[in-house]
Amino acid sequence: MNFDKEFNARGMSCPLPIVKTKKALVDMTSGQVLKVVSTDCGSVKDMAAFAEQTGNQLLAQEEANGEYTFYMQKK
Amino acid sequence: MTTKKMAIIATKGTLDMAYPPFILASTAAALGYDVQVFFTFYGLQLLRKDLSNVMISPLANPAMPMPVPMPVMVQMLPGMESMATMMMKQKLKKHGVATLEELRDLCLEADVKFVACQMTVDLFEFDKSEFIDNVEYGGAATFMNFAGETDICLFV
Repeated sequence: MNFDKEFNARGMSCPLPIVKTKKALVDMTSGQVLKVVSTDCGSVKDMAAFAEQTGNQLLAQEEANGEYTFYMQKK
Repeated sequence: MTTKKMAIIATKGTLDMAYPPFILASTAAALGYDVQVFFTFYGLQLLRKDLSNVMISPLANPAMPMPVPMPVMVQMLPGMESMATMMMKQKLKKHGVATLEELRDLCLEADVKFVACQMTVDLFEFDKSEFIDNVEYGGAATFMNFAGETDICLFV
């Protein structure tokens, strides 16, 4: 999937993946896609909750080798 | 859509109890909430510029997992608190948990409002210069003014 910016959240624990995803989205424009890679299994539910509450759209997510990848489209 | 609001009363000044207010406040702010944290009694320690005095004690804390069982008589020896704090901080770091300073900075960056309880600042004779900037001072009524309109209100 195409993306405009990548945020490496590997090694970070709650709430950093969420709080810093929010920060990463700040300087992006509406419609752009942020790729987030996390190693925190808690971020799977948290990213979905973040998307639901902020209106940013979680386009896709995948898991491989203990890494969780999210594609978040800015509202 | 109206902005949601959250208020937290932070009353504890130990390392373990310092995390929940900062974690919840920074997360709520990231989710678009308007957030205020009211620091009172020992919670005021969390507003000091230097957070190195924020410690954890195994004493009277039977729920704290210890690497080896430790009798209370040993837990009360001098230096045990510093040792437990050092071990806890190492554990937090190993697990990628942010430091308190980092979480506090993230809160401030996200416009979380910190209010220090004026009465307890006076009670414990704190010098305001010990606290970080960006702190407002107020009382219970100041807190109610905001808390009365919140969607989430927590006492920690």
